[in-house]
Amino acid sequence: MNGVHDMGGMDGFGKVEAEPNEPVFHAEWEGRVMALVRAMGAAGAFNIDTSRFYREALPPHVYLGSSYYKKWLLGLEDLLVAKGYVGADEVKAGRALKETKAPKRGKLTLDQIDRIMVRGKFGRTPPAPAKFKAGDRVRAKNIHPATHTRLPRYVRGHIGVVERDHGVHVFPDSASIEAGENPQWLYTVVFDGTELWGPDSDPTVKVSIDAFEPYLELA
Amino acid sequence: MQIRVRALESILTAKGYVEPAALDAIIEAYETKIGPHHGAQVVAKAWTDPAFKQALLDDGSAAVAKLGHVARTGDHLVVVENTPERHNMVVCTLCSCYPWELLGLPPVWYKASPYRSRAVKDPRGVLSDFGVTLPKDIEVRVWDSTAETRFLVLPMRPKGTEGWSEGQLAELVTRDSMIGTGFPKTPGAPS
Repeated sequence: MNGVHDMGGMDGFGKVEAEPNEPVFHAEWEGRVMALVRAMGAAGAFNIDTSRFYREALPPHVYLGSSYYKKWLLGLEDLLVAKGYVGADEVKAGRALKETKAPKRGKLTLDQIDRIMVRGKFGRTPPAPAKFKAGDRVRAKNIHPATHTRLPRYVRGHIGVVERDHGVHVFPDSASIEAGENPQWLYTVVFDGTELWGPDSDPTVKVSIDAFEPYLELA
Repeated sequence: MQIRVRALESILTAKGYVEPAALDAIIEAYETKIGPHHGAQVVAKAWTDPAFKQALLDDGSAAVAKLGHVARTGDHLVVVENTPERHNMVVCTLCSCYPWELLGLPPVWYKASPYRSRAVKDPRGVLSDFGVTLPKDIEVRVWDSTAETRFLVLPMRPKGTEGWSEGQLAELVTRDSMIGTGFPKTPGAPS
């Protein structure tokens, strides 16, 4: 979706402000939210792409006006309600009121923590040969899916070069809407800065994205 | 926020969907165990062991997995090497993708709009926000983490560290130097 989360190349957000000696969490609730998202994901309530989609789908003013972990909380609440794990009335009341759907894998228990400390596996068996190879000139398609996609707007319509392939991965555009994993070849595609930002931009800049095969066409 | 989060946790606990002790353990792991010291050990090893460095650049996940004791990492770790001709910098313009297992949870600035919006369009401007200036003609390569690949920058080994042990070298490796928004510490400089 063409949301405010897709902010590569936008102006006006100001300087990057690093915080010296930044703590891991700035408040106790931030850690709880992070852990709740991890635990509910591990329980099988949702996949990582769906959780990203719900954060992106927050109203633009809420997305831009919320801290990182507040976005995580709001996205989690919306997702749990939409999928029927929690009732909107329960979120409002702040307590459990009724029977709801349980996550398919069951709760994450203390003895399973080790399992989720390493990222899930996203590589899959190739369903078809790769269409592109390193060195190919490709164009990022001019597409504007209304649902979740990992093709940022700033590369659409632009020509780059395939640098390497990463094998076949779960396709977020499908997984995020629970339409199956639909595995696709994944490539690093590198663009000249001047291709993206115009002839007056810094000629020493190159930008790459990791692009799924359906995002690309031969140029 | 504290109350709202506590309420959601109590709902999910009452339903039997989460176990508070498991949540505590997740938080504790990120607060006390997982952090940039893991990445720093990988970098220091690459600086001292050319065969490991090559393996790391060829297949980051496999090379780190072989180290065993250092850190565990998921699949699709891509290590990108800084050279006198090229400086690498990592961003996630769409959300906040970051190599958690080697660097811990990302800092707020990495997840915030200024960095995510500008890193791909004006990387030298972003670097200047960090007090970092690169030579004018060096290539600046920005890696936008748009998939489940995760990027770690292998910074250049500081001069004046000949003969140093891996342990000594790891002390010089900063988090930002592995994101590409900083350099390793210089020997003898105040930290």
